[in-house]
Amino acid sequence: MMIIKNKTVMEDDWIVLRLSESDTPENVAIPSGKVIVPLKVWQAQRDTLQRRTDLGVWLASDQRAEDLQNDLEALSLIAVDFPKFADGRGYSIAYRLRARFGYHGELRAIGDVLRDQLFYMQRVGFNAFAPRPDKDIHDALKGLSDFSLSYQASADEALPLFRRVQRGSGP
Amino acid sequence: MYRYDKYDHQIVGERVAQFRDQVRRRLSGELSEDEFRILRLQNGLYMQIHAYMLRIAVPYGLVSAAQMRMFAHIARKYDRDYGHFTTRQNIQYNWIKLEEVPDLMADLASVEMHGNQTSGNCIRNITSDEFAGVARDEIVDPRPYAEILRQWSTFHPEFAYLPRKFKIAITGATEDRAAIAVHDIGMAAVKNAQGEIGFRVLVGGGLGRTPIVGSEICDFVPWQHAITYLESIVRVYNEYGRRDNIYKARIKILVKALGIEEFKRQVEADWQFTKDGPCTITLAELNRVAACFTAPAYETLPLYDAAVSELQAENKAFANWCKRNVKPHKVSGYAAVMLSLKKTGTAPGDATAEQMDAAAELAERFSFGELRITHMQNLVLADVKQSDLIALWQAAKTLGMATPNIGLLTDIICCPGGDFCSLANARSIPLAKAIAERFDNIDFQHDIGEIELNMSGCMNACGHHHVGHIGILGVDKDGTEWNQVSIGGAQGNETSIGKVIGRAFTFAQIPEVVARLLQVYVRERFEDERFIDTVRRIGHDPFKEYVYATPVEEDEKLASADYALLTAGTPYDTPLYSPRF
Ligand code: SF4
Repeated sequence: MMIIKNKTVMEDDWIVLRLSESDTPENVAIPSGKVIVPLKVWQAQRDTLQRRTDLGVWLASDQRAEDLQNDLEALSLIAVDFPKFADGRGYSIAYRLRARFGYHGELRAIGDVLRDQLFYMQRVGFNAFAPRPDKDIHDALKGLSDFSLSYQASADEALPLFRRVQRGSGP
Repeated sequence: MYRYDKYDHQIVGERVAQFRDQVRRRLSGELSEDEFRILRLQNGLYMQIHAYMLRIAVPYGLVSAAQMRMFAHIARKYDRDYGHFTTRQNIQYNWIKLEEVPDLMADLASVEMHGNQTSGNCIRNITSDEFAGVARDEIVDPRPYAEILRQWSTFHPEFAYLPRKFKIAITGATEDRAAIAVHDIGMAAVKNAQGEIGFRVLVGGGLGRTPIVGSEICDFVPWQHAITYLESIVRVYNEYGRRDNIYKARIKILVKALGIEEFKRQVEADWQFTKDGPCTITLAELNRVAACFTAPAYETLPLYDAAVSELQAENKAFANWCKRNVKPHKVSGYAAVMLSLKKTGTAPGDATAEQMDAAAELAERFSFGELRITHMQNLVLADVKQSDLIALWQAAKTLGMATPNIGLLTDIICCPGGDFCSLANARSIPLAKAIAERFDNIDFQHDIGEIELNMSGCMNACGHHHVGHIGILGVDKDGTEWNQVSIGGAQGNETSIGKVIGRAFTFAQIPEVVARLLQVYVRERFEDERFIDTVRRIGHDPFKEYVYATPVEEDEKLASADYALLTAGTPYDTPLYSPRF
């Protein structure tokens, strides 16, 4: 499948594991290869999972960045799920992972990921996006460049505008 | 006032381009209405009963004459020659066509304006004291801080999809004229013992379905930390605010559930990471912004003007106007003048394009080219020479903006209600008209004295009915419109939430109900006691008993249906009685 990563559209072979009704975090079988498992699975099967070199974990929007605070080194990828694009909790999760916990690896937005939210997502620290499959990914890519500057600091920019540039007085 | 620098222009310009493209994709079908709805809301665009409604942000209520003329231009070019000033000091238009919005936005950007974040679940336009900078009781001019926070909240990447809308108000005076206790965050600028400036911060106030007076989260946040402190409040809200039930999603519900102590603990735990960090406001930035709000070139003038005093003595209409519409100013020989948008027979807060142009001209002639919009839906010329009062009064009279009713019974706060708003249970504008007509006699109004009558067409409380001394709320009973009446609400330093007096009334009963409430007041009042003080002293019962003692007759004129309108397919089975339809 195609994703956007570091502002480029590219082929990607990570698989997002979502639990079905009959699965439990303890018993679900993890396929081989690059897999992004739910936080609960990671917590339940950590002993075996942490031996894998290509493991990612995804957080649901009602889970917390703090839950992965001590695992950042062990993971190749963290994803945050947007159940609906209007659910904004994922933005604070991403911000905390980057700005508070210093996570430097890949941070991917999954779920209801659409062009018109990508700019803000990028600002809070996402560097990879899996846009909803029914959308044109090349079109979505354009969302990353809606604005060329911002007032506030966030995960992408440590300084607010008033410390970044010499602001003027009037036009 | 604040002027955009090249960065502000660039950001707003890029927003116009972004929205232009979003509108294009909506019109071509690339964006579904579901996807587009939230985007258009964040640009101030609603879908209402008749058409799109566009709300334009007026940061802390301050506009230049050029911006006011732009409002007139928009009314003429894109709407039906009028606009509506709102309780958030904004302006909205009712008859907007989607395909014209991008051009409209570009027109607005040319005068440093926009509709950004006037709707949607984000940080909304920040409101403030309409007398900021000129009030005698001002401790600190709140406008520079309001502007700094406006920029911080504009397109904040983390807070565009909050659980619900988020409103901030700031005051810097001893008397709170910005209703800070009923905002998600209310800030009062204060000075500590060392003379340093900071903010007393309230959180979790609000009206709507669950009216709550805000709780103090911190008694002094030094101004340098305003951004980081607010950011932590909003972050905790974004993470923990409820998203399962729209009616429980405001921050007030979270603060109530956690308790203010626990909420504060969480906020300040988060704040430790950013406090003193790069988002701390610098003195250089404060000075840059504050330089936009320096005092205009006031002349040295005597406190009073002899001609004004003379005319006051011989002309009662002028005297009434001075008494109600002319407000004190910190500089000798100056006054702040209210232009009333509450003339009987008009929709409260509405102004025609002609009035807007004229108001802009008055601002240029008499008030250094600036105006303010009040949350009570009137206009202010904040820096008028006493010696210009007569000329201004005469000009305002011919424009229909000199009704001497500021703070009186017919200075009704009123939401658009059933005439326009798709959420309404009842018609507010026609009811405001009916009440104003019944009590139009200005001597009667002056005798009744200060009273606030606030009306909302539904629970969302855009008309602030909870904090009206008399509040009227539209309710729906089996598909018909009814109105619930409350008394005892108040805004400002002694904010209180009104209590409903009893079962609801029909549209045509309301003027008589208001009359009965006033009769009790007149019977019971002590000397100069205001209506609200009488209610506080004697309680609700005497009012309630008197109102319900005998059946309340319907006003015949109001009860008879307007059949022409009914056959035109209006949504109500009662007469519209609207100045608009
Ligand atoms: S109070 Fe209700 S009816 Fe009035 S404008 Fe707000 S949402 Fe509409």
